[in-house]
Amino acid sequence: MGISGDIWVWIGAFLTFSIMSFLYKDNPFYKFAEHLFVGVSAAYWMCMGIWQTLVPNLIAKLHPPVVSEILPAASTKPAEYSYIIPLVLGIMFLMRLSPKGAWISRWALAFIVGTTAGSYLTRYLRSDFLGQIQYSIIPLISIEDGSFSFVGTISNIIIFLGVFCGLIYFFFSKEHKGTFGVASKVGIYILMITFGAGFGYTVMARISLLVGRMQFIFGDWLGIISR
Amino acid sequence: MKKSLPLGIVFFAGVVMFFQHFIPTDQSEFIYKYANDWLICIGVYAMLLGIWSLIRVTLHKARHDPNERFYAIVTLVSMGIMIVAGWDVDNLRAGSLFMNMFNYILIPVQATIFSLLAFYVASAAYRAFRARTVLATLLLFTAFVVMLRMIPLGYISELNQYLVAWILSVPNLAAKRAIIMGVGLGMMATSIKIILGIERQYLGGD
Repeated sequence: MGISGDIWVWIGAFLTFSIMSFLYKDNPFYKFAEHLFVGVSAAYWMCMGIWQTLVPNLIAKLHPPVVSEILPAASTKPAEYSYIIPLVLGIMFLMRLSPKGAWISRWALAFIVGTTAGSYLTRYLRSDFLGQIQYSIIPLISIEDGSFSFVGTISNIIIFLGVFCGLIYFFFSKEHKGTFGVASKVGIYILMITFGAGFGYTVMARISLLVGRMQFIFGDWLGIISR
Repeated sequence: MKKSLPLGIVFFAGVVMFFQHFIPTDQSEFIYKYANDWLICIGVYAMLLGIWSLIRVTLHKARHDPNERFYAIVTLVSMGIMIVAGWDVDNLRAGSLFMNMFNYILIPVQATIFSLLAFYVASAAYRAFRARTVLATLLLFTAFVVMLRMIPLGYISELNQYLVAWILSVPNLAAKRAIIMGVGLGMMATSIKIILGIERQYLGGD
């Protein structure tokens, strides 16, 4: 164990400290790392988009022999000329760059928006609306292994009432007064528990990332601890 | 032509994608599969458009803002190097310049930026969180119990594991379901508005 001799590890350590320096205040090191990140990440996603999405899903379908070296299995399949449509729509999308022909890009955008809206309509209706109602309408008295379960019963009642009262809290067309107000109040209590759990998990996730960076600094770079 | 045709495309694509769900035939499966494949392909073009937009904005900054010139050049040069490094698919192997830049520039910076939030969340919580009301106390208590889950405390940990599991699977689940139902209704309403052409902000001006 000892300090790393790998130049890339040193670059990683330098960038880690550069970003950490923002805890003091905004400074040139932080700005350098930030701008470097923007450039590298934009190019990374572009390259991955081309090699992992465009090549196998479009080029390999339109002209399979072109990808014979990188995707041997795909190159033996027959060409699917229906993929000319996304190619044309993609080129239309790039017309956004032309000052006079920018409006043509709306056709491609319209295809994306319409297709997404149509498929989301059924997807959300099924999983986020009907599915959640179905799973919330449960027996309030819980029987486990043939005998009454006190904890299960309390849990089922809380789930049912929690969903019901939570929905009432989000219903703003009626003033939250009287019985409706009480139900709304129960709803906000249940919601607060969820927000607390969410907060706790967010903090834990960030702390674990910080631990990862410390392991990199003290392990990979300085060699003080073993990983 | 400039506005009515895109609205027609949206209506047609939306209605076809909606009704294909209710017609379980090979043809509707075909439509669903191909529409999704096409969407993915067009999405890459949208990303190329975004990259071009970034280059244009950064070039403008490099030309006209002397204070930002150096940083704009850093962005452009790093982007150029990464694009050249990823130009050949063979360079996407472990140990290549492309993957080293990914592992030792992209990953450390991204992880450190997100880990900074731990400090800011802790600082904000210290300043803003006070157990003055029952609601605030409930939130604080839940967060405390959830965070305590990762700390080994013997018998308390065993009890805490049970408590956290119950919190997550009962009250947390109930509130999440109420939120998800609200989100689902909102998404459905927005989708209907888009398909029917009531919501058309995505078309932009002119």
